[in-house]
Parts: sequence; C-alpha cells; structure tokens
Amino acid sequence: MLEIGLGHYLTVAAILFTLGIFGIFLNRKNVIIILMSIELMLLAVNINLVAFSTHLQDLVGQIFAMFVLTVAAAEAAIGLAILVVYFRNRGSIEVEDINMMKG
Amino acid sequence: MPELNLSAVLPELLLAVAGMLLLILGVFRGNSGTRLVLWLTVAIFAVAFVIILGSIGRNEVALGGLFVADAFGDFMKLLALIGSAVTLIMSLRFIEREDMARFEFPVLILFATLGMLLMISANDLLSLYMGLELQSLSLYVVAAFRRDHLRSSEAGLKYFVLGALSSGMLLYGMSMIYGFAGTTSFEALAGLMAQKVAAGDAPPIGLVVGLVFLSAGLAFKISAVPFHMWTPDVYEGAPTPVTAFFATAPKVAAMALIVRVMIEPFGDLLAQWQQIIWFISLASMVLGAVAAIAQTNIKRLMAYSSIGHIGYALVGLAAGTEEGVRGILLYLTIYIFMNLGTFACILCMRQKDVMVEGIDDLKGLSKTHPLMAFALAAFMFSMAGIPPLAGFFGKLYIFLAAIEAGLYYLAVLGVVASVVGAFYYLRIVKLMYFDEPAEAFDRPIGREMSLILTGSTVVVLLLIIVLGPLLDGTAMAAASLFEG
Repeated sequence: MLEIGLGHYLTVAAILFTLGIFGIFLNRKNVIIILMSIELMLLAVNINLVAFSTHLQDLVGQIFAMFVLTVAAAEAAIGLAILVVYFRNRGSIEVEDINMMKG
Repeated sequence: MPELNLSAVLPELLLAVAGMLLLILGVFRGNSGTRLVLWLTVAIFAVAFVIILGSIGRNEVALGGLFVADAFGDFMKLLALIGSAVTLIMSLRFIEREDMARFEFPVLILFATLGMLLMISANDLLSLYMGLELQSLSLYVVAAFRRDHLRSSEAGLKYFVLGALSSGMLLYGMSMIYGFAGTTSFEALAGLMAQKVAAGDAPPIGLVVGLVFLSAGLAFKISAVPFHMWTPDVYEGAPTPVTAFFATAPKVAAMALIVRVMIEPFGDLLAQWQQIIWFISLASMVLGAVAAIAQTNIKRLMAYSSIGHIGYALVGLAAGTEEGVRGILLYLTIYIFMNLGTFACILCMRQKDVMVEGIDDLKGLSKTHPLMAFALAAFMFSMAGIPPLAGFFGKLYIFLAAIEAGLYYLAVLGVVASVVGAFYYLRIVKLMYFDEPAEAFDRPIGREMSLILTGSTVVVLLLIIVLGPLLDGTAMAAASLFEG
C-alpha cells in the first residue's frame, strides 16, 4: 500500500505551479485563461502551505492558506473588473490583441 | 508572545480608519466631493507624517510580532508619505481636467499607501504578503483608472497579470521557506539562519529555492531586470499622475521591503543571495542606461530611467553592509524628489489643452518657459549624477559602500552605466536649450505645481547644505536594521 507523504503533495503543488506559469506565458488565446492560470498558481501554493502545516504540526501554514484564499478572491474580482473595462474599450480579449504599446 | 501594542501602529490605524470614513463621505457627496476627499487624504498623510516624525528612533514590535516599528521603517515611511501626498496634490488639476475626478481615486491612493506602510514594517512573511497585496490591488485599479481610455485599461491589464504572477512566485517562495524553516517570523528565521551558519551547516536546499522565488517576486515589484518588462508599458499607458505615483512611493516601499527581507531574516545567507542581487543590479543599470536612449515618449523614458535608478540602489544591497543600506536610504530620498519634480514638469506639458508626452515637445523650452526649463535641467543633471547636485551624492555613497564591500567590478560597471545613461538626460537639456522652440505649453501651470517644482528644485540644488544631518539620519536608520 502506497503511503502518501509530504513529497507527493509537494510534487503535485510544484506541477500545478509550473502549469500555472506556463499557462500565462504559452497561452496565445484568451486573457480568461491567464486568470485561471493565476488561480492555479495560488492554489498550488495553498497545497504547499497546508501540506507543510500538517507535516510540521504547526497551524501557521493553514492560517496563511486562509489569507491566500481571501486575497485570491479579491485578486480575481479586480482582474475580471479590469478585463471588463478593457473589453469595452477594445472589443476583444485575445492575448494577441493586447498590443497598443510595444513591450 | 509580544502583545498588541497598538500605539506603535497608530499611523497605520489612522490611515485605515480614515480610508473607510472617506469612502463613506465620498459615497454621500458623490463625485462633486472629489476635491474635498483629496484634500482630506493629503491632510491625513500629513498627520501620519507628523506622528511618525514624532516617534522616530523607536524600536517596537507590535501586533503579536507581525509588525515592527524601527528607525529604518520610519524613514522609508516618511519618504512614501511624501511621495503619495505630493502626487495627490499634483494630480488634482489633471483628474478634474481629464474627466477622471472620481472620489475613489484619492481613497485608492490612501489604501495603497496604507499597504506600503504595512509592508515596510512587516516582521513576518504573512504581514509582508498582506501589506504587499493591499498595495498591489489598489495599484492595479489606479493604473486602469481612466476606464474609457484603451491605453490606461491595457496598462492596468498588463500590470495586473504580471503583478499577480509575481505575487504567485513570491508566495511559492514563502511556502517553501515556511516548510523548510518551520516558521514565518523574521526574528525566528534570523535566529535559525544564525544557528545554521554558526554550526557550519549549509541551509536546506528547499529554503534557498524559496529565497530565490521570494527575491524574484520582490524584483518584479521594484521592476528590476529581468523582471522589468511591465514597467515601460504601464508607465506609458497609465494616466500621468498615476505614473508619477508608481515611480515614487511604491518603488520606495518595495525597495524597503527587499532590503528588510534580505538583511533581517536572511542576513546570514549573504553568500547565497549576493550573486542574485549583484546580477539584477548590474542588469538593471545597464538596461536602464541603454534602452532609454531610443525612447521618444518621456513617460517611457522615465520608466527606463527608474529601472536604472533601482539598479544603482541595489548596488547598496549587494554590498550587504550598513554603509550599503545607508547609501540606499540616501539614494531613495534623492530619487523621490528628482522624480516628483520631473513628473511635475511632465504634468505641465500641455499644448492647447491636450497633454503631450513626446520628448521633442520639449524643444526650446528655455525660450518659452525659462523657469520650468531650468528646473527640468536641474533634475536631469541630478539624475545623471553631476556634482554638486543631489543625485551625485546618492551615487557617491552607493559606490563607496560597494568599494568598501569589495565589489569592485560592480562599482566600475555601475559608473560606466551611469556615464552612458547621462547621454539621454543631457539630450533633454540640449533639446530644451539649443533647439528651435516648438509650440509653447499652456499657462498658467497652477500655483500648487509651481510650488512643487520650486520645492523639488531647491531640494535637488541645495541638498549639499543639509547633507550632514541627512547622512546622520540615514546612518541611524540603517543601524536600526542591523542591530536587531
């Protein structure tokens, strides 16, 4: 019987985090996907924090995860709001269309 | 367990309560109350400034160990408050003219400033993150504040995506540090590192990985190379007073944060992070000097200039010594005044009621607006680091600290980058004094603008007189970071 330990959780979190980063840089389609990738990164961090918290028998990690959840919600709200404003001005949310300024 | 000690958090409490009250006031008065809310916000900043000034020299821990009020933090807070208050005053005319006079604007700046004060005083990874996010979330919104303009909303979107990415990396680093050190408190981390070093053990590899992620996240926030790509676009796209704000207060606060994190909990790991800081410092100086040469938009130019300045300030951090931190404090003090003055000039660049941002629009300014041309020339000479202007002393003490710490290559390359960078600052002076006049800018520029311009010009020109007391102050602030 396979024992699921700290290492497994950390691996899952690392994979999710990497997926999140690649999702931001490789995706050429839609800004909504970028927002989802950002959520993915923050959730990977939460898995990390909670896994460490149980491993260390220390509550701080879980409290930290609660704060991260709250901030992630606020961040998503602001991100979507800015996206709506952008869509009204540009009429598109394709990543390739975000090119008014070079950079 | 230290207790609540609310008296140490008084300025932050004041800002938080005032922010909520002003929001209520704004809702009742509507957008016609913008002017009132703005001036009240400035007044609140002034009160917070006085409170901090009155309690300077303290060294207290508050909020159960999450918050530390020391001379270093107080010094940086004073700078951040000056930056926020002056940009608010500068923005008043702009927001009224450009149809963005909504009462949320000063309130958002207030909350961003509150976030800055909290992150400057953070004594725990948790409070660091919360302060940073309070600041960043407010900044995303102000960047996109001109909601009917494509450029502004694009700037907001870009800033949001890259800012959120950097927060993610920062958090991942924090989670690794927490996991491998078992604590998030700066004091406990510092104790642990000191123990490891004393025992001759290498720090756990997971912790070093966490530190790398953490520094990458922080480098994003100060826009150091290679994490600078958002800066030019955001600076160009955001409304000009917002750009002025971005270039001053948040830069100072993020710089304070990175200095505190590197020196306080991880000071004993200098060998691990020195190379990272060395590299990003050099890369920022070089890119700031080279990439700015080809710019035609003055806001974009200022973005590259600020990347370069952050590079110079980071030289002091790479030294990792008390002299280095003193150099950073002095550099940031000068930087904030130079930038406020320059942006006051940029905000005066209007032709027939339209804002212009091209560098060519400054042609022949000495003939049409001799005083403004003189002020802008003083800021440009100061940024290029020409004695006896303020900017020279900032660079001098930074490079002295680097040489004392044995970072000869960094100091020499930094001076070379500074010479290259002088080209584009001096080009602006040449345009203003030796080219045929372009169309004159609108007059009058407004009483508060003249006041800000005069004030910052005086600071830049005459800093040499108060250099002694300023050096004492920065030395005291730097010492408070190292004694704990």
